[in-house]
Amino acid sequence: MLKRAPRPKYLDVVRIRLPVPGLVSILHRISGLGLFFAIPFLLWLFQLSISSPDNYVRYRAVFAHPIAKLILIGLLWALFHHLFAGIRFLLMDVHVGLELQRTRANSVIVLVAAVVCTIACGVLLW
Amino acid sequence: MVNRVIVGAHYGLRGWMVQRVSAVVMALYVLLFVAILLFARPTNFGEWRALFAGQAMKLATLLFVASLILHSWVGMRDILMDYAKPTGLRLALEILVAVLLAAWLFWAAQILWSVG
Repeated sequence: MLKRAPRPKYLDVVRIRLPVPGLVSILHRISGLGLFFAIPFLLWLFQLSISSPDNYVRYRAVFAHPIAKLILIGLLWALFHHLFAGIRFLLMDVHVGLELQRTRANSVIVLVAAVVCTIACGVLLW
Repeated sequence: MVNRVIVGAHYGLRGWMVQRVSAVVMALYVLLFVAILLFARPTNFGEWRALFAGQAMKLATLLFVASLILHSWVGMRDILMDYAKPTGLRLALEILVAVLLAAWLFWAAQILWSVG
């Protein structure tokens, strides 16, 4: 009879080796949470930008600050990751890319595409 | 008598559907908005404000914000159901999220319709 090595079973967050699709999934949740908290900040910026010429100048000043730029670039990553991972989930709903090899491959595509788009937009913004 | 089934796989289907429909609406708006930005290329206050002057743009943007609010509600509710286990705490946080989201929706409408 085939003897199997005893397999560890644990739900210790720091010891679990998360598969790539799992990483895409938890980042989808984290980026969504981040975007939720960004809503009032973005509404405030939108209001500044559009309410009056003076406020538009203030909006430009906020936008020009390096810390604001870093936060906005972080939010861009959250948006891109959430959008691409969301498209992947919608495709999974219609049974596209469910095989193990493909689901790993398109998870990597989501992760890389989000980072590449963030860097591209970040360079334009800076 | 109304035969209500409160267990089973269909329970929560409405939230699942709202999440997907609102996601598609937002994705389409983002595409439209990027296209408008690339086409109009606003560089000053007047040109930026003019983008939102028309009723169609106001309504499209409000539809986007409404989708964002519904999408956030379903997502935040999912997160709270997973991590905020005590019922009282979860209820309190859900009410807080709902009130914030409602306020943000009205705020967005107010900003949009203040543009002449």
